[in-house]
Amino acid sequence: MSVIPVSYYLVLSAVLFGLGMVGVVFKRNIITIFMSIELMLNAVNLAFVAFARAHNQLDGLVFVFFVIVVAAAEAAVGLAIVIMITQNRQSLNVERANLLKF
Amino acid sequence: MLILDHLWIIMALPLLGAALNGLLGKNWPKSLINSIAIGSVSLSFLCVLELIREFAQLSADQIPWIGNYFTWITAGSFRVDFALQVDQLTIVMLLVVTFVSSLVHIYSAGYMAHEGGYYRFFSYLNLFVFFMLTLVLGANLLVMFVGWEGVGLCSYLLIGFWFLKQSAISAGKKAFITTRLGDYAFTVGILLAFWTFGSLNFQDMFKSVAQMSSETMAHAGVLTTIAILLFIGAIGKSAQIPLYVWLPDAMEGPTPVSALIHAATMVTAGVYMVARMNPVFSRAPIAMLVVATVGALTAFYAATIGLLQTDIKKVLAYSTVSQLGYMFLGLGVGAYAAGIFHLMTHAFFKGLLFLCAGSVIHAMGGEQDMRNMGGLRKQIPITYWTMFIATLAIAGIPGFAGFFSKDEILDAAGSGPHKNILLWALGLIGAGLTSFYMFRLIFLTFFGHERFDHHKVHVHESPSSMTVPLMVLAFLSIFGGWFAAPHLLGGTDYFEKFLHPVFAAYAPTAGIEQGASLAGSAGASGEIAQSGAMELIHAITGPPVIVAVLGLLLAWWLYIKKPELPAKLAESMRTPYKIIYNKYYVDEIYNALFVAPLLFISRYVLWHVIDEGLIDGIVNGSASVARATGSRLRELQSGNARSYASWVVLGAVGFAVLLLAMLGVRH
Amino acid sequence: MVPFFLFFVCALLAVAGAIVLIVAWEPIHSALSLVLVMMALAVLYLLLGAEFIAAVQIIVYAGAVMVLFVFVIMLLNAGSEERTNWSKLAKVAGLPLAFFFLLAVAHFLSRSAVGANIANGAGAVSNAGVSTRALSVALFQQYLFPFEATSILILIALLGALILARKDE
Repeated sequence: MSVIPVSYYLVLSAVLFGLGMVGVVFKRNIITIFMSIELMLNAVNLAFVAFARAHNQLDGLVFVFFVIVVAAAEAAVGLAIVIMITQNRQSLNVERANLLKF
Repeated sequence: MLILDHLWIIMALPLLGAALNGLLGKNWPKSLINSIAIGSVSLSFLCVLELIREFAQLSADQIPWIGNYFTWITAGSFRVDFALQVDQLTIVMLLVVTFVSSLVHIYSAGYMAHEGGYYRFFSYLNLFVFFMLTLVLGANLLVMFVGWEGVGLCSYLLIGFWFLKQSAISAGKKAFITTRLGDYAFTVGILLAFWTFGSLNFQDMFKSVAQMSSETMAHAGVLTTIAILLFIGAIGKSAQIPLYVWLPDAMEGPTPVSALIHAATMVTAGVYMVARMNPVFSRAPIAMLVVATVGALTAFYAATIGLLQTDIKKVLAYSTVSQLGYMFLGLGVGAYAAGIFHLMTHAFFKGLLFLCAGSVIHAMGGEQDMRNMGGLRKQIPITYWTMFIATLAIAGIPGFAGFFSKDEILDAAGSGPHKNILLWALGLIGAGLTSFYMFRLIFLTFFGHERFDHHKVHVHESPSSMTVPLMVLAFLSIFGGWFAAPHLLGGTDYFEKFLHPVFAAYAPTAGIEQGASLAGSAGASGEIAQSGAMELIHAITGPPVIVAVLGLLLAWWLYIKKPELPAKLAESMRTPYKIIYNKYYVDEIYNALFVAPLLFISRYVLWHVIDEGLIDGIVNGSASVARATGSRLRELQSGNARSYASWVVLGAVGFAVLLLAMLGVRH
Repeated sequence: MVPFFLFFVCALLAVAGAIVLIVAWEPIHSALSLVLVMMALAVLYLLLGAEFIAAVQIIVYAGAVMVLFVFVIMLLNAGSEERTNWSKLAKVAGLPLAFFFLLAVAHFLSRSAVGANIANGAGAVSNAGVSTRALSVALFQQYLFPFEATSILILIALLGALILARKDE
């Protein structure tokens, strides 16, 4: 059985993270932006697990566990806010929520 | 020794009067105000009389008596005390100042009776007397300078007394600024004196000077420089060429001010200063020559201007400038006592002339132009007779005070040890001109037909508060010269002998000075042997008297016998007439040369360019830079979430790159 | 052989899903592609020997969070995206930045000591995994406090979402 080098997983994680970042910057739909953020979190999770495997420790896995929990909580509250904003602005376009300007 | 131990009382009394009137007198009745003012100056005069009595009991080595009251300034090796000194010269000046001031104060009570600001006038006048006494009593150059500046201040205040009149405040400014130029040189002179002698006390300076040798005409050393610098200060203060221009304009002030300050006392401060500094001047022949030349030139020049003036006070102003020139001529040829003598007699007759002019103006209801007067002698007899006496004195008619003093000066110039024929000639011609224009004034004002409307102007004699001082001064104009009459002319020469110690104490001992005019008779050696009567006849028929009588006759001819002649003469000599009538256009020249460029620089360079452009620009500029920066930075808050997200990403990327670079380095 | 093949297939699927996520116009398409990504990642976790995490990923992440997303999308009737263009910075710098970041990280990770070390010897991924039992022991002993804290966090999030989404009466 040949071994997959950890660096492969890390590169994949980096690629996914980068794509998530692109999504956050470029998308205009709030929910899509949220999903891009989730993508970034997932990429980080992958990196953590890969490192946990590499160092043969389980601290990485514990951290992944917590990340998932927090992501879930954040998604819940975040979507609730999105619902409120949408009710206010009648649009899901994040650029329309621009009242905090000078 | 009551007064000698407390010399400061003499100065403090007028200061007290000034303070009381100035600070509290705004709503006091006129009688209270003038009682305080007249009282303080009269008390000062009485103190001076007492001082003379005590002074007479001093022995020769106690003179000069110095009262050192407190240490004023100590800065390293520079130490100046507030010290007052009394010697014979001081006594003469004190007498003149306090006595004439008292008379002028009494006169002012009547003259200013209907004017507003009564308390202010007397307050300033008392303050002036205080400063003048400080000047005269000072035992060192710095205390004298305090008085010097103080009288300048009071002059400014009093010239601009009617401060709502534009011409008056301009005249006040002109006086102050012009004398300031002289004072600048005076200050440099004081600094140089301190640097040379190490002390500013007169006694210390003179002791140092006595160790130094005289300088020659070929070489100007530090003594000459000090003397000339101090003299430039005197040029400003005593209105000589080229800084005389303020004195005619100073006639904007009330007439008592002109009498006291611009005739009798303040303008004589320069003369007093040169006399006081005689040890320095005696050792600097170049400086003496400068003093004599400036004096003689001024005497002549001002007399020419006085010939054609039509305002009665302006004639007297130019006459004052001219007479001050004579005093400096006397000092410059070494006849110090003669110069001071002339100062004293001039105080009497010029003070009298101004007060009489004030009386005439008062009688004419404010008219000052002589062309609108005439035929007044029957209507204001007291004024007429006193003024006539004063004119006789100033013209140098024998028997009156001015004759003795002027004659002595001209004699010293003509045949004294420092004689200078050219200057003597200038002085002589000036004496003739003086006689001419003074009698012209008398004839135009008091003789001939009335050139004014009888019904519009009610000519009335002045009240006794004004006429009594006139009579006192007239008495002095006649007899004030007798007791001091020089030996040469049959007099007792008391004055010369009295002042002798002052001028001989530190006199240089070089051969030329022996038996000089410093000691007394300034005649040619052959005269001394003659008898008193011969001397008298010789003096009475001397050149000064001849020109004086010529002047009188010419004035009589032109203004009484043939009154239409002056106009014809003016027509035929139109250009010279115009130049002299316009005072040689000196004011206009000064204006173009100095005032206009200065105003230009002030207005366009300093104001517009530097103040508005540069300073305001920097201040406003920094504000607008701050505002501009703020408004650009504000745009970061666009409210656009995507922008914010992009900024976050940017920061994250930067940070990550940095971190990875650092990590990557650790290979 | 098999692990490599599996790895590349899952990696490809994950990347493809991510690309569809950011390219799609309709949010629902994005949501579904994100589910795909999560599935692929779960397989990768299995490959890495973290079975518990893989299971949690499927159950919680793909099963609950993504369902929540889909519910919200359907609730808000999110249609296709508007094409506004108000952020200059995003337009200009966004894409280059992302690529730069990606390249940088990938470069350093592949070449750095970390990557090298791990790839070549000591850190090579073996087929043995970490047991769930050990993980749970760690959770309840070393990491007890964070564990309890997160439960409170979830409670707070619950309450928050409840309050926020309630209509005002």
